[in-house]
Amino acid sequence: MNQRPDHKQMTTPDDGIAAGAVLLDVRNVSLAFGGVKAITDISLNVKKGEIRAIIGPNGAGKTSMLNVINGFYTPQEGTITFRGKERRAMKSHEAVGQGIARTFQNVALFKGMSTLDNIMTGRSVMMKRNIVWQMLWHGPALNEEIEHREKVEEIIDFLEIQHIRRTPVGKLPYGLQKRVELGRALAMEPSLLLLDEPMAGMNLEEKEDMSRFIIDVNQQRGTTIALIEHDMGVVMDLSDRVVVLDYGKKIADGTPDEVKNNQDVIDAYLGVPHGEEMP
Amino acid sequence: MAQPFASPDTLVKYLLLNAERFSGRPAMRHKDFGIWQSWTWDQQLEEVRAFALGLQSVGFKRGDRVAVIGSNRPRLYWTFAAVQSLGGVPVPVYADSVAEEMAYVLEHSEVKFAVVEDQEQVDKLLSIADQTTRLSEIIYDEPRGLRDYDHAHLHDYSALREAGLKRLADSPDTANAWLEEIARGKGGDLGVMLYTSGTTGRPKGVMLSHDNLVRSALNANAFDRLDEHETIIAYLPLAWVGDHVFSVAQSYTAGFCVACPESAETVNEDRREIAPTYFFAPPRVFETLLTTIMVRMEDASRSKKAMFHYFLAHARKVGEKILNGEAVRAWDRVRYGLGEFLVYGPLKDRIGMSRLRVGYTAGEAIGPELFSFYRSIGLNLKQLYGQTEATVYITAQPDGNIRPDTVGLPSPEVEIRIADSGEVMYRSPGVFLGYYKNEEATRETKTPDGWVHTGDAGFFDSDGQLRIIDRAKDVGKLSNGALFAPKYIENALKFFPDIKEAVAFGHGRDFCAAFINIDLQAVGSWAERNNIAYASYQELAGHPRVYEIISNHVAEANRRLAAEPMMAASQIRRFLVLHKELDADDGELTRTQKVRRSFIAERYDALIEALYDGSPEIFAETQVTYEDGRKGVISANIRIVDAEIVATDGSPMAEAAE
Repeated sequence: MNQRPDHKQMTTPDDGIAAGAVLLDVRNVSLAFGGVKAITDISLNVKKGEIRAIIGPNGAGKTSMLNVINGFYTPQEGTITFRGKERRAMKSHEAVGQGIARTFQNVALFKGMSTLDNIMTGRSVMMKRNIVWQMLWHGPALNEEIEHREKVEEIIDFLEIQHIRRTPVGKLPYGLQKRVELGRALAMEPSLLLLDEPMAGMNLEEKEDMSRFIIDVNQQRGTTIALIEHDMGVVMDLSDRVVVLDYGKKIADGTPDEVKNNQDVIDAYLGVPHGEEMP
Repeated sequence: MAQPFASPDTLVKYLLLNAERFSGRPAMRHKDFGIWQSWTWDQQLEEVRAFALGLQSVGFKRGDRVAVIGSNRPRLYWTFAAVQSLGGVPVPVYADSVAEEMAYVLEHSEVKFAVVEDQEQVDKLLSIADQTTRLSEIIYDEPRGLRDYDHAHLHDYSALREAGLKRLADSPDTANAWLEEIARGKGGDLGVMLYTSGTTGRPKGVMLSHDNLVRSALNANAFDRLDEHETIIAYLPLAWVGDHVFSVAQSYTAGFCVACPESAETVNEDRREIAPTYFFAPPRVFETLLTTIMVRMEDASRSKKAMFHYFLAHARKVGEKILNGEAVRAWDRVRYGLGEFLVYGPLKDRIGMSRLRVGYTAGEAIGPELFSFYRSIGLNLKQLYGQTEATVYITAQPDGNIRPDTVGLPSPEVEIRIADSGEVMYRSPGVFLGYYKNEEATRETKTPDGWVHTGDAGFFDSDGQLRIIDRAKDVGKLSNGALFAPKYIENALKFFPDIKEAVAFGHGRDFCAAFINIDLQAVGSWAERNNIAYASYQELAGHPRVYEIISNHVAEANRRLAAEPMMAASQIRRFLVLHKELDADDGELTRTQKVRRSFIAERYDALIEALYDGSPEIFAETQVTYEDGRKGVISANIRIVDAEIVATDGSPMAEAAE
């Protein structure tokens, strides 16, 4: 037992979908809040093993799109197929069960709890013992906790946050909180990881660190990632494919290079008034 | 299994011996995935053997040099033994050296292999590949991020280890062949090369033989009665001789357990969990620890603060006497006992020294107040005087006979004499073979009959203990003929937690003046408590209220200097607070964080002139080098302030610097 546990190649659970095949397919989805059309007839897909970015100016409907994918909003029209199963209405906690995890634009952690405990909460969906067992904290319940703790320690090691293992997250700087949040999402061992502006409000060094972790998560753990991000440099470097939204509509979809040279995208970002011709 | 050698003359032979005599005892611990993993001596032997056989499978030959770069991890420690078992020479290199410096060491030492910690080091080596002509194979411990690299000359440590195990399983002769390789190793052979960062010029490769390592370690173990029951934590740079002797040579010869921390950031927590019985640190570590404690205490409640300061004052009064076994009034003992329960005990636990039996400070002189603080709370902290060239030990303080101003008696088997110039010289079994490929420097340092120049000025005091004043070349005279010992003055200043570093000037001048570096942690915390906003180190350093605090510290240091007849003349009359932290990347400090005085004098020539020409302010523009080799410039207006000094008859003098 004294062997050093070699870093196990933690991968996402096998979901029967081959690398490169479509993992999530969103077809003709529209979402409106009363009279406000947040998303109009958008189709996009995410392939297994890729990093997929959703970009667009403020109010383009990016976060709404993420919320639709993760089941927080139910679209009025269109279909969503995840891992070959079509669905329309789904509760958020069902999304977790299906293998979708996410982080939030504004860090949503339990501020008073330690890094370790916060990441442990990511495992709670997988714990099978009921509350009575957990309160007894013996036998099967203890074994279960040990097993989950091992997974959490691998994540702590992976994200290089050993030194803040026992620090309440409220006391941590913002960049580290973001990393803890990523850790919690990873703890769910998702098939699809949704990141809502993972670099918002970070300085250059923190951005570089976070980019490296995102790439490592994708390459070493094989996790499929869909992310929203404002920093264009980061998006173009990280992503395999980019979809661009503007005013709730899809205006471009392709590799970073294709998107970069797309006239509609340039116009959307430079702010050409809609419905008018260029002078 | 292996036949242990009767009287081992190399560390690897000790490894074989330990696997027999201490087979079930822990040899190595490493905190990984939040748990202390451990290896017993026989398991350590198996690890070393597996990696050694793996190294052979990628072309390792007797005599090959292997660079070891990274933090304190078991596999890097095993590399030392694995390489030595095959008659190779490990060359540990400072992991934080800038690329250019690393390239020089790798090329000069002619390394063919490099065993490194992770992607960061691999990238660094690949970036200097054109300057390292002999380096061909790179082996990494941590595979993360390296999956897509070209693996033609890049190897995973685990893969080599597996290859070694496979060779062992395939052929039963492999194990015997390995033992024969070990038997070919002799005590006089080159064991390890350690590059000294050196206060001047290029790093020099100090060649130490197996004999140097084994005999120095045995002597040190005997001196402090260290045996297999000790536990230490390995956290100092692998390339520093102290770590090599302490965590490798002494561990192998005594059979004690070495614990490797989880990461550099967790050392303090890990030390607390391990509670080492034997501890070795440069003064800076003790300084930082004390600063951290003091800063944290500032945030404590008023009653706790009162209790803390009351008992610390009591400890200052009687603590050291109790530790030295001197007579102390019974009532004072009772109060000290209460203090142990309420303050000293919890404090020692917090800094991870609750089980400490022997602690050493070395590397440079420690401030007397700092030293006394640790001793007063009951820690057996002692001073050691050593050098890479001596395999560390020259003098050490024996238990119970300790004074803060001396470095102790000659270590076992060490002879010391003071040259006419006042320079300390020594001869011992630890004396190095020579500097690698540098005959000239070897001749300058080591006489044909084995005496070594330390470069330090010192003298024996009445009870035979050695006192070091300063670097021999740094000790100078003020223009009025009074002795000027810069390090002494700097230590008086560095005692204050707010002052991180100081550089004193005065040789050939009318009076003594100083550069001061503030401690960002201590001063930053003070600024926070006093609602002082600052955007950068530079801004904080130049803040008028920071100057006020530093002025008070300098005045206090002057009062202390004035109390010593030899030093009264070198009170600091003028000083300035530097706009940047002195940094090894800029060449201002050595890799072991010692001030490179002559370099600083050259670099900040204009500032020094301003100290002496009476100007109240000077504009400075300084180039800085970042760790990745990029350069930048920072500039600032620096104020120069007259300090309050004490006339030698004891009354404050009104005028200064005139």
